[in-house]
Amino acid sequence: METNYLAISYGQLALSALLILVNVGLSIALELGLARSLLTSSLRMMVQLLLIGYVLEWLFTQDNALVILAISLLMTSVAGIAAVNRTQRRFAGIYWNSLLSVLASSALVTGFAVVGIVRVEPWYDPQYLIPLLGMVLGNTLNGISLGLDRFMEGLNSQRDQVETLLAMGATRWEAAHRQVREALRVGMIPTINSMSVMGLVSLPGMMTGQILAGANPIDAVRYQIVIMFMIAAGTALGIYGVVLLAYKRLLSPEHQLRLDLLQSVGR
Amino acid sequence: MKSSQLVLFVQNIGRHLSGRWLWRGVSFDLQPGDWLGLVAPSGTGKTLLMRNLVLLDPLQEGEVRLEGKTPAEWTLPVYRTRVMYLPQRATTFDGTVRDNLKQVFELGVYRQHRYDQGKLEAWIDKLGRDPAEFLNLQGPRLSGGETQLLALLRGLQLDPQVLLLDEPTASLDADTTAGVEELLYTWLSQPDRACILTSHDSDQIHRVTNRQLNLGDFG
Repeated sequence: METNYLAISYGQLALSALLILVNVGLSIALELGLARSLLTSSLRMMVQLLLIGYVLEWLFTQDNALVILAISLLMTSVAGIAAVNRTQRRFAGIYWNSLLSVLASSALVTGFAVVGIVRVEPWYDPQYLIPLLGMVLGNTLNGISLGLDRFMEGLNSQRDQVETLLAMGATRWEAAHRQVREALRVGMIPTINSMSVMGLVSLPGMMTGQILAGANPIDAVRYQIVIMFMIAAGTALGIYGVVLLAYKRLLSPEHQLRLDLLQSVGR
Repeated sequence: MKSSQLVLFVQNIGRHLSGRWLWRGVSFDLQPGDWLGLVAPSGTGKTLLMRNLVLLDPLQEGEVRLEGKTPAEWTLPVYRTRVMYLPQRATTFDGTVRDNLKQVFELGVYRQHRYDQGKLEAWIDKLGRDPAEFLNLQGPRLSGGETQLLALLRGLQLDPQVLLLDEPTASLDADTTAGVEELLYTWLSQPDRACILTSHDSDQIHRVTNRQLNLGDFG
């Protein structure tokens, strides 16, 4: 394949592994006890990435929409499940809530980007669809974890306030909208922070990658902007969905705060 | 007496918790002017009974009616403005006592009601506090007793029909307690009012209530 960038051979990869040896050396010299976990995590990172490289190489040769959709669905499900796994509390149906929110938000945003903005032909071309979806999912997942966790913790720690309001005749929304708002705000913080310093403090990985691969920096920047908007919209929709579904579950139609439905996860 | 003339009608309610019934088959009614003392050893679920009466926890069996109508027929927010539960652990919100008292009127159910500072000042005065000073205290910095007073005033100003008072004077001195009881008597003397009280102070129970219900009998 004709490339306009310098490919890295396995020999060169091995050379880069020398860099981690600096860490290992420091850890041994200072008796930090990190040598072992550094080595295993480096190895995991390498094996996982090489494997996904081969998967992507295979995937990019596919032109069956169903295969690509199935892979997208798999990625989305993993994101939906992982988002819940980082919360401290659970309720029955929380995984479905998360899956539904991730699926709806990422499908909407990625679909709009692929069909409406980038205008990929055909729309399921995996070279575009998969990386764009992946970036949206990775960020939505963080937002959902943060927002969901904050919402449940907020209800739990402010239980007395919420119930005082309910006892005085507040509707469930009047009693808990502060906690909903707070969860949305906290979930959006990472996205807003990263947008506001982007280019000044951080050069985004995707853009750096495109530039290394020989893309015109301005083109790379445009892609990055599109992706940031996708991430912001996807994250917001995902958090909104998951927090509202949790609200419906934990504040009953009889205007009760149902903390008895929450179980904490021992860790 | 027909059930429609009763203020509150409670029939066969029960509370199930981690595999056993805390109490079951609890039935009683409140007639106008009734002040019912709820007595039982601690841990028998007096607070849970009050929470059940306002459906902050789902009713597991039995039914509750206010003037013959179920809470669902009243709609729950409206029902809870009529049957008001004041929890033992009172909560304040950010801002001064005045802000706390005013804030309630932002709730949809009180759209027709007005904050009445004159009435509150008279009450605060009766409780032996300086109204101007008390209204300007910061809510979150109140002592336990002051928080209880705030919660009581916040509830009373909304003019409920039935009050469920969970240890309302637990952190108050004797003089303030007397003031609170007087305030409650005045409120109760209006038509179609009734009250339920729990208190660790059995003297208070016998002093103020006209009959008692022992929840321990329903275990």
